Amino acid sequence: MQSAVSIKNLKIAYGDQTVIEEMSIDIAPKEFLVLLGPSGCGKSTLLNAIAGLQDITAGEIWISGKNVTWEEPKDRGIGMVFQSYALYPRMSVRKNLSFGLRVAGLPKAEIEARVSRTAALLHLDTLLDRRPAELSGGQRQRVAIGRALVREVDVFLFDEPLSNLDAKLRNELRVEIKKLHQSLGNTMIYVTHDQVEALTLADRIAILRDGVIQQLASPAEIYQRPANLFVAGFIGAPMMNFIEGHIETGDGAPVFESHGLRVDLSGYGFRTPPASGPATLGFRPDHLMLDGAASGMPTLPGRISVVEPMGSEAVLWFDWAGHSLSLRLMGDVTLRPGDGLSPGLDIAKASLFGTDGSRL
Amino acid sequence: MARLHPNGPRPTQITAGRIGLYLFLIVAVLFFTLPLYTMVVTSLKTMDEIRLGQIFSLPSKLDVSAWITAWSGACMGTVCVGIRSGFWNSLAITLPSVALSVFIGAVNGYALSLWRPRGASVLFGLLLAGGLIPYQIFLYPMVRAMATVGLYNSLAGIILVHVIFGLPLVTLLFRNYFVSVPEELCKAARVDGAGFWRIFFEIMLPIAVPMVVVVSMLQFTGIWNDFLLGLVFAGRDNLPMTVQLNNIVNTTMGERTYNVNMAATILTALVPLAIYFLSGRWFVRGIAAGAVKG
Repeated sequence: MQSAVSIKNLKIAYGDQTVIEEMSIDIAPKEFLVLLGPSGCGKSTLLNAIAGLQDITAGEIWISGKNVTWEEPKDRGIGMVFQSYALYPRMSVRKNLSFGLRVAGLPKAEIEARVSRTAALLHLDTLLDRRPAELSGGQRQRVAIGRALVREVDVFLFDEPLSNLDAKLRNELRVEIKKLHQSLGNTMIYVTHDQVEALTLADRIAILRDGVIQQLASPAEIYQRPANLFVAGFIGAPMMNFIEGHIETGDGAPVFESHGLRVDLSGYGFRTPPASGPATLGFRPDHLMLDGAASGMPTLPGRISVVEPMGSEAVLWFDWAGHSLSLRLMGDVTLRPGDGLSPGLDIAKASLFGTDGSRL
Repeated sequence: MARLHPNGPRPTQITAGRIGLYLFLIVAVLFFTLPLYTMVVTSLKTMDEIRLGQIFSLPSKLDVSAWITAWSGACMGTVCVGIRSGFWNSLAITLPSVALSVFIGAVNGYALSLWRPRGASVLFGLLLAGGLIPYQIFLYPMVRAMATVGLYNSLAGIILVHVIFGLPLVTLLFRNYFVSVPEELCKAARVDGAGFWRIFFEIMLPIAVPMVVVVSMLQFTGIWNDFLLGLVFAGRDNLPMTVQLNNIVNTTMGERTYNVNMAATILTALVPLAIYFLSGRWFVRGIAAGAVKG
């Protein structure tokens, strides 16, 4: 199947400072791809390059089967939504929506029809004659999304569209964007530094660091089987617990040892045959079971230092062998700081990383 | 003194510093209004009354003949047509100069801040340097250059000179204004298919209206009040009001007609004064305007 957007060996550099390093991604039609990473990882630069707003150093960009590497933004068949909304301040909402169409010289009736269709879709009908300054943050961002929709293109680019909104609006608009994607079926590329947005919206997430893709996979895959220590630490809140130790592959099944803890690794899905040597064991707060000892799991006995209730769930922080580890519990928690506990570790859901940081 | 229990607004106190401040302000007001008062009063007196030497006294009866003479009869050397022709000359010089310099400066500032062409910062530095060097230095080379292209002593020549000397400041002001405009606005317009000029006229210029007003006022008063450039470059037929005023006031033949001199001076200063009074609100708004909302 033809890719909606295809990035081939893309490189972006300012002088000798490389922002994007030899990157290739294929994005399928109707796919929702999220570019996720810390600030300065090159995700916005990549999006701007796809839009044609950023000069590239090498490589090609294809959109809908056409090489658009040298095309102007307007000829690439994209619509874009910006973090700061970037609405034209002196124009009404109607004028904002129709600006691109007027520039393109579409007939008046067609413009009228498209604007009212988009306005209805985004519940902007009653706001059409207002100026951006008279709108709330959420309304402004809906207008900005509308300005992209009204172009009726195949590919939508979002550059941190929800970052300027407060938490409640962010949740609402996130759901709206997801609905929009489900009903329109366009290809969407969405840049964010918010892992919740990434996990909830994406079909696939590309995690970037220093201009290099660390992992490109489904949200579940990235959460369950992070490709390296960076991805493991970046995704998930509270952060994944890490324990340094080493792997023994004597006779029988391989074993992870650390501070007297011995974990039988026969239930762990190794990518490559296990070898002896230092390693880091990572496990999520959700993968510790309070009653784990009963089912024969290896245990991490410790004492609770902090309890963080979060309504439907709670995070317990406890000390084990000089590490501060976290454990997630659903429902009400009666445990208090100072109480002892001995949670079991589900090794099938844990991750092991080698000395180079990549998954074993 | 009993300690008061703090409650409600903090009580105001009159201190020596505050009294001193008000005294200073009152003196400053007098310092600036007294000359204006004297000018107005003198211009409305007859020469006989002026010779009494009571410069602060009110005129015994209002006499506007000095104003009429200043406007249409005062002598510059041997020509006695008043300051009237200078008024029209000044308008003919100032209006196109302001319009051109503001427009070109706005385009410059927009291009320098939002398009950042190669070498933009060097160009901007040069412009700034050009604005800092005293313009008297350029007078002689400028005269030669204008003479070479045949614009010396012409209306077009003096307009060109004003535009050139105005551009550094105007460009600087517009650049600093447009720098506060989010870059994403420009990007959004480019995705919408707009080019350099369409973004300028349809998006950036409407945003910059307060700046346009302020810069226009600055340029207008600057060019209207200019004396040296007008004297050197305008030529005999286009002498601006300021130069003609000087010619009237400094005429050495016969008696010094103080009332006419005062009236002519007020007439010359009236236009920029009116502009400030009528658009002071805009002026403050433009100076204070910073980030673009929405």
